[in-house]
Amino acid sequence: MINIIVCVKQTTDPEAPPCSFKIDSSANRVIFPAGIPPVISTFDEYAMEAALRIKDKVGGKITALSLGVNLLRDVVKKTLSMGADELVLLEDPAFADGDSWSTAYALSMAIKKIGDYDLILCGRQAVDWDSGQVGSGIAEILGLPSVTVARKVEIVEGKARVERVIPDGYELIEMSLPGVVTLGNEHAAPRYPNVRSIMAAKRKEPIVWKPADIGVDPAMIGSRGRRVKLTRLFQSARYTKCEMVSADTPEEAARKLVAKLRANKVI
Amino acid sequence: MERYQGILAYCETANGKLSPLDTELLGTGSQLATELGQSLSALLIGTDVGAIASEPLAYGASKVYVVEGPLFKDYITEIYLVGLAKVISETSPEIVLLGQTQIGRDLAPRLAFRLKTAATLDCTALTIDPATKRMLMTKPVFGGNAMAIQMCEVSPQIVTLRSKAFSPPVKDSSRQGEIIKISVAIDPASTRTKFLERKTEAVSGIKLEEAKVIVTGGRGIGGPEGFKQLEELAQILKGAVGASRPPCDNKWVSDNLQVGLTGKIVSPKMCIAVAVSGSSQHLSGYSGAKVIVAINKDAEANIFKVAHYGVVGDWKKVLPVFLAEVKKLVS
Ligand SMILES: Cc1cc2nc3c(=O)[nH]c(=O)nc-3n(C[C@H](O)[C@H](O)[C@H](O)COP(=O)(O)OP(=O)(O)OC[C@H]3O[C@@H](n4cnc5c(N)ncnc54)[C@H](O)[C@@H]3O)c2cc1C
Ligand SMILES: Nc1ncnc2c1ncn2[C@@H]1O[C@H](COP(=O)(O)O)[C@@H](O)[C@H]1O
Repeated sequence: MINIIVCVKQTTDPEAPPCSFKIDSSANRVIFPAGIPPVISTFDEYAMEAALRIKDKVGGKITALSLGVNLLRDVVKKTLSMGADELVLLEDPAFADGDSWSTAYALSMAIKKIGDYDLILCGRQAVDWDSGQVGSGIAEILGLPSVTVARKVEIVEGKARVERVIPDGYELIEMSLPGVVTLGNEHAAPRYPNVRSIMAAKRKEPIVWKPADIGVDPAMIGSRGRRVKLTRLFQSARYTKCEMVSADTPEEAARKLVAKLRANKVI
Repeated sequence: MERYQGILAYCETANGKLSPLDTELLGTGSQLATELGQSLSALLIGTDVGAIASEPLAYGASKVYVVEGPLFKDYITEIYLVGLAKVISETSPEIVLLGQTQIGRDLAPRLAFRLKTAATLDCTALTIDPATKRMLMTKPVFGGNAMAIQMCEVSPQIVTLRSKAFSPPVKDSSRQGEIIKISVAIDPASTRTKFLERKTEAVSGIKLEEAKVIVTGGRGIGGPEGFKQLEELAQILKGAVGASRPPCDNKWVSDNLQVGLTGKIVSPKMCIAVAVSGSSQHLSGYSGAKVIVAINKDAEANIFKVAHYGVVGDWKKVLPVFLAEVKKLVS
């Protein structure tokens, strides 16, 4: 039996078409696209899948943990419909607009309150700010070992065996428990919830904790706790003028393209 | 604040040499050092890195710290972290530079949390704010859809640099400097993570990161067979094959071929993108590509917004002729 905590963040949909992405540069803020609902950050779904595979094999309990404001129940409950046993939300304006440091701190305090854990799983990076630090931060705050960007996690004789992605393959690392692992998309793809589990998730209510519930120092969470300040947010215009090669047939277009590349000394 | 001085670049090295990214760190480090009127030091960690200890001097470092021993044979977070943290506590640098690699992105955040400061990962530009003398760190966010400029208000300021985003300095082997050994003692029994084995897939031919020409395939290729044609084209052009994420996720090609934000960063002279839509995450990987050629059946595909040459059409019809024509040229 293994108790697993999976940290999941609600983010904008990273697969929304690039043209739908807009920012308000005067306020340094992202304008959330109308009609495109938020999602669970991509890699956190892989972390959920890793947790579920461990539970399927050795049994245990999975608690999903999410910090934020305006957490849409339909979005965060996907963890429950995928198979999490419990969903804990740190939902309060005081938690909002944190950086990796203030977020990792608050999550660590919540994890301490949950108490009984063997394995903490995170995504390699959240797909909004691409920060890539909270997993390692939790490990450091709680004094635990960590392995980042994993493609597989198994429990063997009370320890975790983690395949850590490297540029040309992977390394097998043995980690004692409790510990932290972050997942990448090299891991097996997240499962689709089935109708029965979606219905069951609808009936289950998340547990909501406020700052006072987890005993955090209010000066260390959310925007007040930031160590890194955002000074500017902008979109770089990297658009080129594309020379379109057209012809009556695709074959002819291919010939013209090669000729053009040759003429311009590209090939 | 006065306590922190100088810049430290952690050079990972590869195959007993400084890696290209290491030299990019040193080049950036010397520029920052000049601007701040401080000095640049390098750090090497490994089993026999002492052999190349003078190398960073040629790229602008004035001191090189060497942490050496059998303990550092394979990368283990806990062990390397102790080495790095010890050098930092003894030298109190204001800025610590690491590469955005599997190691750098693993070490930097843990190091930052240990030192009660903050890290910023995957930076593509670093400047000094004239008013505060702190770094302004530019990094892509939202999968490359936007750029953020951040400032860390705690010292040391720890950053990782994206490969190929900074230019390497000119090597000057006549430069002199100090080489300082720092001994780090760790009881291996106290570590909670253990390296068991490494499984690598030998890459045949030219490495993606080093290729001058890259042929990338996307979801529209439809399966592993299509990639054979891309491979043939890459071979003729003395290049390498890459892929967007779906072909990797679908196991049409190895995960190692993924180009992009969470894959490889490439900087070829030419990239031929076939049946890729041009998501911001994928394009993040093309940061250094000089010429992009796109083949896609959808005239509205985002890839045409960043490509230099484009053909709208079914790749199955376009590519065979393209291949045949290129073959004629090359032979
Ligand atoms: C956090 C995060 C990180 C990511 N990191 C990466 C990354 O590192 N690298 C990466 O690549 N992706 C990454 N992605 C995924 C990325 O968002 C896109 O989903 C992915 O790049 C899309 O790949 P694609 O262009 O091949 O597929 P699609 O977007 O599905 O596009 C397929 C294209 O093929 C064209 N096509 C189809 N059939 C044909 C045909 N017969 N002839 C010609 N054209 C055809 C279509 O018109 C379409 O434009 C990441 C996503 C997230 C959320
Ligand atoms: N607000 C949050 N709530 C829950 N988990 C989070 C939150 N922010 C980050 N995480 C976890 O930490 C990982 C890395 O996030 P980051 O360091 O912000 O890129 C994410 O993939 C999540 O698993």
